[in-house]
Amino acid sequence: MVEDRPFLNFLAHAVLILGVVVVAFPVYLALIASTHTAQAFSSGVIPLLPGAEMANNYMTMLGTGMSSSGAPPLGGMMLNSLIMALIISLGKIVISITSAFAIVYFRFPFRNLAFWAIFVTLMLPVEVRIVPTFKVVADLGMLNSYAGLSVPLIASATATFLFRQVFLTIPDEMLEAARIDGAGPMKFFRDILIPLSRTNIAALFVILFIYGWNQYLWPLLITTDDRFYTVVAGIKRMAEVADAVPQWNFVMAAVMLAMLPPVLVVIFMQRLFVKGLTETEK
Amino acid sequence: MATITLENVGKTYPGGAAAVQGINIAIQDGEFLVLVGPSGCGKSTLLRMVAGLETITEGTVRIGDRVVNQVEPADRDIAMVFQNYALYPHMSVRQNLAYGLKNRGTPAAEITRRVDEAADILEIRPYLDRKPRALSGGQRQRVAMGRAIVREPAAFLFDEPLSNLDAKLRVTMRGEIRLLQRRLGTTSIYVTHDQMEAMTLADRLVVLNGGRIEQIGAPLEVYRRPASAFVAAFIGSPAMNLLNATLDNGRLRIGSASLPADVAGSGAVTLGIRPEDLRRTAGRADALHMSVDYVEELGATRLVHGRLEGQKLVCTLSADSTLGDMLALEADAGALHLFDAGTGARIN
Ligand SMILES: Nc1ncnc2c1ncn2[C@@H]1O[C@H](COP(=O)(O)OP(=O)(O)OP(=O)(O)O)[C@@H](O)[C@H]1O
Ligand SMILES: [Mg+2]
Repeated sequence: MVEDRPFLNFLAHAVLILGVVVVAFPVYLALIASTHTAQAFSSGVIPLLPGAEMANNYMTMLGTGMSSSGAPPLGGMMLNSLIMALIISLGKIVISITSAFAIVYFRFPFRNLAFWAIFVTLMLPVEVRIVPTFKVVADLGMLNSYAGLSVPLIASATATFLFRQVFLTIPDEMLEAARIDGAGPMKFFRDILIPLSRTNIAALFVILFIYGWNQYLWPLLITTDDRFYTVVAGIKRMAEVADAVPQWNFVMAAVMLAMLPPVLVVIFMQRLFVKGLTETEK
Repeated sequence: MATITLENVGKTYPGGAAAVQGINIAIQDGEFLVLVGPSGCGKSTLLRMVAGLETITEGTVRIGDRVVNQVEPADRDIAMVFQNYALYPHMSVRQNLAYGLKNRGTPAAEITRRVDEAADILEIRPYLDRKPRALSGGQRQRVAMGRAIVREPAAFLFDEPLSNLDAKLRVTMRGEIRLLQRRLGTTSIYVTHDQMEAMTLADRLVVLNGGRIEQIGAPLEVYRRPASAFVAAFIGSPAMNLLNATLDNGRLRIGSASLPADVAGSGAVTLGIRPEDLRRTAGRADALHMSVDYVEELGATRLVHGRLEGQKLVCTLSADSTLGDMLALEADAGALHLFDAGTGARIN
């Protein structure tokens, strides 16, 4: 539908701009808030223009943290978040691509059972099984560890199904040609399947990285040692100070910093997977 | 270079009926054998059993002197060209050609030599660094051929390699495949459902029907003496006329028309006459009178469609003939093919 009607164009743009404003305004407010002093908020009026404290707020958060609310420096927490998000996203991709490979290309006993077992985990996200999972993780002595933060979140039915779908679109002849070319199953997996799923891996990585980075409930539950605090859970601790006014300028600086890595991943990976999308073909 | 021998080969898919059965073929070294038949007759199944992509449930397949029933495809020393080419989309043409050699541990210098040689033979050198996506159908087809010839295998297996090309390119590539096979002298099995392709390519034809062999023979032999009504109808274009007739003491009766026949006996038969064996006659008493329905012009010739005693009949006439509503036709006694009306087996 290619039409050129000035009024419709105007209307469409107005709606889009309104949408962007609605979404972007809170982010803008957070950014502004992170550039003022703590006192700027006590008046009850939120300033709309940037203040002069930006460098100070951010340096404080990165360097010393907020000792009043027991939050360690942001740098460490962000590193923890990064490690957790990377282990979760890479772990999910590795596990799901290999299990999809097994399900699509191998005939083994209980294959259907395996398929359904994976399927059932779709219905049991962490929040539902949080108590038994906590018990298991605690019994294994994985509280306050990177393994404890990430392993319980790694199993992924969705990603397995996604890869299964991708593999099903690859014609059987490709496998047969590879067999004639002397490629065994693992070679086929490495030389053909993985390169052909490159774009899907990239897209999935973006989604899973953000999923991992934004984990809140689980890290909050199993970390009691501030060396393993993650940033998203940490922000909650900062905003929730007893007997004092939250220092919004610092909290917002933390929020802005916490947003940065996911944004970078999206920007960086988007280029990669758009390039991939326009380049490959099955 | 090798012979390929199929002995009593059969295939039953799990839970299915027999897809092919009782296949005996001895393919000579360097021979170009074409498997032809209608869709679903088991051509691909048979080829894939030779390739090792399908298990052999019955009989033995030998390549050279070796029984290969349990041998992996990669170790059978064959190369296969698929209908959809099955090129690896993420590899350049060069990598596509080299992949199989690399997996075999061929030295890099040897790979380069063979790839370059194949590229020259197939004239795909300018595309060596492109991805398959950036090639036309015909070029992809060449790359698929290239992937087969760099292997220098004992046999080429083709599964309808030309059916994704347009008609004109198909004819060109057909010629090239034939030329290439002659030049390399590699034993080849070629599957097609197109009888024209089969006729033009084959040293020998195998006509399959319902998983069984109807006839094996050189193209002309099959054309001239089809072993059954099925083969008669399948090979040759336009298709042979098959008429219900009665054999009656040395005469063939088609309704009220009758022809002399050199076969004794009597009873219902199927009479086959090729459209190109019918010609017009004047004043012959036992001429076949055909009423004309419509005419297809082919340029040099025309196909006349009509009826003989209520049965459909087609004849090929030269384009300059003048046509009325009725044609008087005759055919040589040698051009009459008689088949058993029940089994379809050849009688004369
Ligand atoms: N994997 C399978 N499982 C069960 N039956 C099969 C399988 N593959 C083929 N068949 C059956 O075996 C018969 C022969 O199939 P095949 O693919 O060899 O036919 P074909 O002659 O190559 O036909 P086409 O010209 O359409 O390619 C068909 O009846 C088909 O339904
Ligand atoms: Mg087929």
